[in-house]
Amino acid sequence: MFGLLADPIGQTTRLNVETSMTTITAAESVPVADPTAPLLSLRGVNKSFGAVDVLRGVDIDIRPGRVTALVGDNGAGKSTLIKGIAGIHSFDAGEYTFEGKPVTVHSPKDSNALGIEVVYQDLALCDNLDVVQNMYLGRELKKSALLDEDTMEAKAKETLSGLSVRTLKSVRTLVASLSGGQRQTVAIARAVLWNSRIVILDEPTAALGVAQTEQVLLLVRRLADRGLGVVLISHNLTDVFQVADDIAVLYLGQMVAQVEAKSVTNNQVVELITAGRSGDLGLKHPMADVIEEGASKTGGVSA
Amino acid sequence: MTETSTRETASGGSTSRGAGAAPHTPARPSRAAGLRDLSNWADWAALVGLIVLVVIFQSLNSTFLSPGNIQSMLVASAILIVLAIGQTFVVATAGIDLSVASTMTLAAVVFGMVFTAGHGLPLSMAAAVVAGAMVGLVNGLLVARGRITDFIVTLGTLSAASGLALILSDGKPATIISAPLLKLSTGSIGIFGYSVIVALVIALIAHIVLFRTRFGTHVLATGGNAEAANATGVRTKRVKTWVYVISGVLAGIGSILLVARVGAAEPAANTAFLLNSVAAVVLGGVSLFGGRATIIGPVIGALLLTALVNGLTLLGVSQFYQPLSVGIVVVLAAFLTRFQK
Ligand SMILES: Nc1ncnc2c1ncn2[C@@H]1O[C@H](COP(=O)(O)OP(=O)(O)OP(=O)(O)O)[C@@H](O)[C@H]1O
Ligand SMILES: [Mg+2]
Repeated sequence: MFGLLADPIGQTTRLNVETSMTTITAAESVPVADPTAPLLSLRGVNKSFGAVDVLRGVDIDIRPGRVTALVGDNGAGKSTLIKGIAGIHSFDAGEYTFEGKPVTVHSPKDSNALGIEVVYQDLALCDNLDVVQNMYLGRELKKSALLDEDTMEAKAKETLSGLSVRTLKSVRTLVASLSGGQRQTVAIARAVLWNSRIVILDEPTAALGVAQTEQVLLLVRRLADRGLGVVLISHNLTDVFQVADDIAVLYLGQMVAQVEAKSVTNNQVVELITAGRSGDLGLKHPMADVIEEGASKTGGVSA
Repeated sequence: MTETSTRETASGGSTSRGAGAAPHTPARPSRAAGLRDLSNWADWAALVGLIVLVVIFQSLNSTFLSPGNIQSMLVASAILIVLAIGQTFVVATAGIDLSVASTMTLAAVVFGMVFTAGHGLPLSMAAAVVAGAMVGLVNGLLVARGRITDFIVTLGTLSAASGLALILSDGKPATIISAPLLKLSTGSIGIFGYSVIVALVIALIAHIVLFRTRFGTHVLATGGNAEAANATGVRTKRVKTWVYVISGVLAGIGSILLVARVGAAEPAANTAFLLNSVAAVVLGGVSLFGGRATIIGPVIGALLLTALVNGLTLLGVSQFYQPLSVGIVVVLAAFLTRFQK
């Protein structure tokens, strides 16, 4: 856990033990009245761009301590949904509740204030800055007029080691020299730096190799184990089944199912993604009534 | 101080980089480390060049390193240092300020007008700085809000500012007689003339701003990846505006040093200052693509360019060869920067 803290040139930053303890505790135990109650709920959310209805009556619950995988085909509306949650664009209709209270989220600032952090598909990192600078970019800590580098560095190390990230040699490494997995790690660490409650990751493993995917998934799991609500967008069902507690399936802008991962099979999820239904899960068959009628008729005849 | 050394180790610790790399990282650390070393070397091109020049000139003419000549070189470099620092902030955001020299000319003329009108030295100096800041603000707003290419905007203000200087002064220089100004250009502490002390103090402040403040980080972030910076809440437009204002303010301060040195406020074009300010920045290892900058680099770059001209003059080389030699040095430096990144 302290591999990261080993300073290459032996200038270990003075770490105030007391502060570090309190911060870790605060991050680890998020006070929730009912541990299973959803942190964030959307009900009947609509979003259209011009004449195109991208989201239609979407419901979703994000619970603390659970990884909710958000799956769906290309263009199903996954990114649109999380951008709405993040406040990048607001929903046209529907309810947005946080901890049971209705809230209005119109800008990323609003969602940040609620403790919602998003790691976007196209990682917003600056290659020319180091890990600490990236983690604090736009929200730097100051001591009077100057940057409080010592505190930022210590807290960045603390956050990374709290996530058991051992692959980074130094938090003063330039991001340009990091591997894809390490960059993703930095982006995720930035998201949890702010006592966040919900972390949303848009395809965090898309560009990664096997080993690095494994690392990022472990990290995703660890976030949930700390009590955060985690949303993971992924096209890779192996990853989804490895790490997710719940699976939410978007099909052409409709939330066709939100189920526990262990209650469904890979094939069922594939069917839900591609056809919007699987057995009695998902959309009702458009001919369901006719079939039922037909079935009762034939039943009548044969009897 | 702790973080400087750590950071420099982080970016410069190329020797130990391969060792701790995870097994799954792409297996070409040695190549990367090699490029690293070259790029570090390119960062210090100005210093290496300066030392080489000093050695050559000193061996050809022993008065080159006499205290008197060192002092006059330092004084001669003061204005260029100030302008190059302003240019550095702009270039760090991936912009360029082609108007620095004409802004300085305009500010000098404004200085002359206010002084001639009898408003005294402090007010004249303030007016010069404000004039510079105004030109910078126009540049900044047009680049950041107007979304016009920096090159075109500052080319426009280059022309506009020198035109305005001619109009305001009616094309005539105004002689400035002021004891404190004379002191500024001739006084010294040891071998450091007052004007170069002013320049070095500005360099120190600029270094602190660039590396120790939120604004400085945002400047580098804007130059490195404006989109990412924006997404994380950095107000890149504001940052872009401010760097041009900084450049304008420093051009205003440069005009005070210029008026002090010349003893007059002239509407003369100072084209050499523009070229040399960009040259000093490039020599100093600042990336023209933005996001990568130091203050010490351009300062050394400015010293190098001044030493070059001074040394050639000492050797009795015709003035005509000076622009040629500056050009060669700059292109060589630009060639070295190919090894950056
Ligand atoms: N700003 C926009 N203006 C118009 N249409 C948009 C806009 N953003 C998204 N769309 C449309 O909304 C639909 C859903 O897009 P979205 O990016 O949410 O899909 P996705 O599920 O994230 O897909 P992928 O898996 O490919 O990332 C697409 O048809 C897309 O063309
Ligand atoms: Mg998407």
